[in-house]
Amino acid sequence: MTRKQRRLTMVAGAGVVLTLAAVLVFVALREQIVFFYSPTELAEKQLEPGTRVRLGGLVVDGSIERGDDGAVSFAITDTANDVVVAYRGILPDLFREGQGVVAEGLLTEALHLEAESVLAKHDENYMPKEVVDALKAQGVWKDGVGLKQ
Amino acid sequence: MIGTFSIAELGHYALVLALVLMLVQSTVPLLGLYWRDQRLVAVSGSTPIAGFILVGIAFAALTAAYVASDFSVRNVWENSHSAKPMLYKVTGVWGNHEGSMLLWVLILALFGALVAAFGANLPSTLRARVIAVQGWIGTAFLLFVLLTSNPFERIHPPPLEGRDLNPILQDIGLAIHPPLLYVGYVGFSIAFAFAVAALMERRIDAAWARWVRPWTLAAWVFLTGGIAMGSYWAYYELGWGGWWFWDPVENASFMPWLAGTALLHSAVVMEKRGALKVWTILLAILTFSLSLLGTFLVRSGVLTSVHAFATDPSRGVFILAILVAFIGGALALFAWRAPDLKQGGLFAPISREGALVFNNLFLVTATATVLIGTLYPLALEAVTGQKISVGAPFFNLTFGPLMVPLLMALPFGPLLAWKRADLYGATQRLGVAMIAALVAAVITYVVAGGKGVLAPLALGLGVWLIAGSLVDLAERIQFLRAPVRTSWARFVGLPRSALGTVVAHAGVGAMVIGIVGTSVYQTEEIVSLNPGESVDVAGYTLLFQGMSPVTGPNYREDRAQFLASRGGAEPFSMTPSKRFYMAREMATTEAAIETIGFSQLYVSLGDEIEGGTVAVRASYKPLVTLIWLGALVTSIGGALSLTDRRLRIGAPKPAAARQPKAASA
Repeated sequence: MTRKQRRLTMVAGAGVVLTLAAVLVFVALREQIVFFYSPTELAEKQLEPGTRVRLGGLVVDGSIERGDDGAVSFAITDTANDVVVAYRGILPDLFREGQGVVAEGLLTEALHLEAESVLAKHDENYMPKEVVDALKAQGVWKDGVGLKQ
Repeated sequence: MIGTFSIAELGHYALVLALVLMLVQSTVPLLGLYWRDQRLVAVSGSTPIAGFILVGIAFAALTAAYVASDFSVRNVWENSHSAKPMLYKVTGVWGNHEGSMLLWVLILALFGALVAAFGANLPSTLRARVIAVQGWIGTAFLLFVLLTSNPFERIHPPPLEGRDLNPILQDIGLAIHPPLLYVGYVGFSIAFAFAVAALMERRIDAAWARWVRPWTLAAWVFLTGGIAMGSYWAYYELGWGGWWFWDPVENASFMPWLAGTALLHSAVVMEKRGALKVWTILLAILTFSLSLLGTFLVRSGVLTSVHAFATDPSRGVFILAILVAFIGGALALFAWRAPDLKQGGLFAPISREGALVFNNLFLVTATATVLIGTLYPLALEAVTGQKISVGAPFFNLTFGPLMVPLLMALPFGPLLAWKRADLYGATQRLGVAMIAALVAAVITYVVAGGKGVLAPLALGLGVWLIAGSLVDLAERIQFLRAPVRTSWARFVGLPRSALGTVVAHAGVGAMVIGIVGTSVYQTEEIVSLNPGESVDVAGYTLLFQGMSPVTGPNYREDRAQFLASRGGAEPFSMTPSKRFYMAREMATTEAAIETIGFSQLYVSLGDEIEGGTVAVRASYKPLVTLIWLGALVTSIGGALSLTDRRLRIGAPKPAAARQPKAASA
């Protein structure tokens, strides 16, 4: 093979790999990403049951109900709308009423989520960023102050 | 009293002096080269060492403030507590934004000093340029520390007690993780400095690769260890039993690792065959650029995670400016000067060079997919305001498929000859490894009860890598083909870099086996238990005996007693707990982990529900320890390669040999 042919072979090989990778990335970005919604956005959008979403907000006071075998349900609010979340598993440390949490899972109804994972804040200073933004949208969050009472 | 009062100011002062020295280091050697003044060039031999000592004094001063629990220093007050164990007082120094940036600068200064101290065999012009480029990076980051992240800031009046370190960071794994990671990140700055220096010189040859390789290799060894450490920490400390989350912060350290791995391999081609010069320079720039990007992502607060200690927009903008200046500048220089670099070393597609190009192609493409997955959510939110999360499913679909051909092809690489190779011969020699891999796959299939074909094949892939490495070793020492004594003599005389390759590649195989074992074959039970009740997982019976309260130095904990047994074997106790750290009013989960062979039994607690009932997550993770042991073996392979004689004493030779040629040119 001449130098030119060798180079061509390699460029062609690289092109094939890069194209395949690009296709994979596009497919994955179409199908594997999860959108974040606040309870109000979910109430407005009325998504199909079975849609995978991330939901963020505050755990409603008195809404936590524990069943047998680690099953638990609670409501998440952005103060305007509530979504009921069902979860089976171990809740994170610092999961409490009134705390900001993010739940990810499949919608069973427009305002009912079957969560596969629940994340809470890491410490008393930190509120999940998505939750802060959702609360800001409702006008109940102030930077540097936190939740307006 | 005077002593404790002034120690923070001493540290601050040392840091300012270090900045001045860094400015000298950045400019004077280059001016010396321009004016052809040897005295100015010689500055590059001493300033990095003095700079390192000064940053070292600053770091020692901050450490002293932590050890003495001097809460008049804001940083100590925010992140320490008088009742904290001494170990975590010290490691708390880098468990926060300011301190960790100081550590970053300290390691950068250390690397600069090492080049100055051990770079005597480098051509003096190249050394001066490398050290000047290091100086630019040092200047930028020292300015960042002094202007936006001063760790020595005082508060008046000094509070009586500190606010304690985030409890999940009070752990030995996390104590070691950042220094290892930073040695890796920052170590790539040397490769970057060499690349920029070579572009400034418009000259690059095989000797350049030989000088760069040990630095890159050292950085890579530490980065490998640091990432593995972080992964193991997340596994046992966060209580979920996950070892990799494709979290943006993890990706931030994984991208430089991938690019650095590609760089290590392309530098081999350049050193041995003089080919891939331009590409290697570009990789050196990209690898450190990804380290800077990682620093930006983690430190700017664009990502909220346990690593983003504080969110202050001015810091983000500052690091972004550093990022743009260095990456943009280096790539512009590359675009301008790279065409001047001569290409060399022809090779056929089927050859050792071809195999290493294959490696680079897949590693760099994989890096790109991780980069897209990490930055796409940020870009989308900035442009459309939509919030998305890109998690494991994305990376499994993109990164995963790219690794399969790479790992399948890996054992062929070391068996192919340089320039033009015999693929058929290599395949024949790898026959044993193929059989071993297939047998492993069939055994796994049968043991797993005939469910699924892909997982046994993936596990066979791990065995293929280990067996392939052994074939490489056997070929090199002519195992069974020569008398045992000859083989032994060949083994002893084997270059350390060849042995390092064998070990590192086998480590990757072990890692693959561990990943497949845990991801596919783990069993997990989540139940609520009352005292006296038990749960079965993977043949083990866990009997919950009850809870007992325990008081630690700066926490209280509720400890659960479990008795684990399997068949007639001796039962053992497991004690997962929930800790509550008083100062931060924060709870953590401490999992109980029992290692059985390469597998682990993992028990963690949820909330205590009522009347002694407790939520329990119990899982059996087959072969999970191989993930980290494999990573450890891989970095040991890298370290072995680093001890190769060639890298230590071989370097001056080509430099000397080049002199007459340069004169005749």
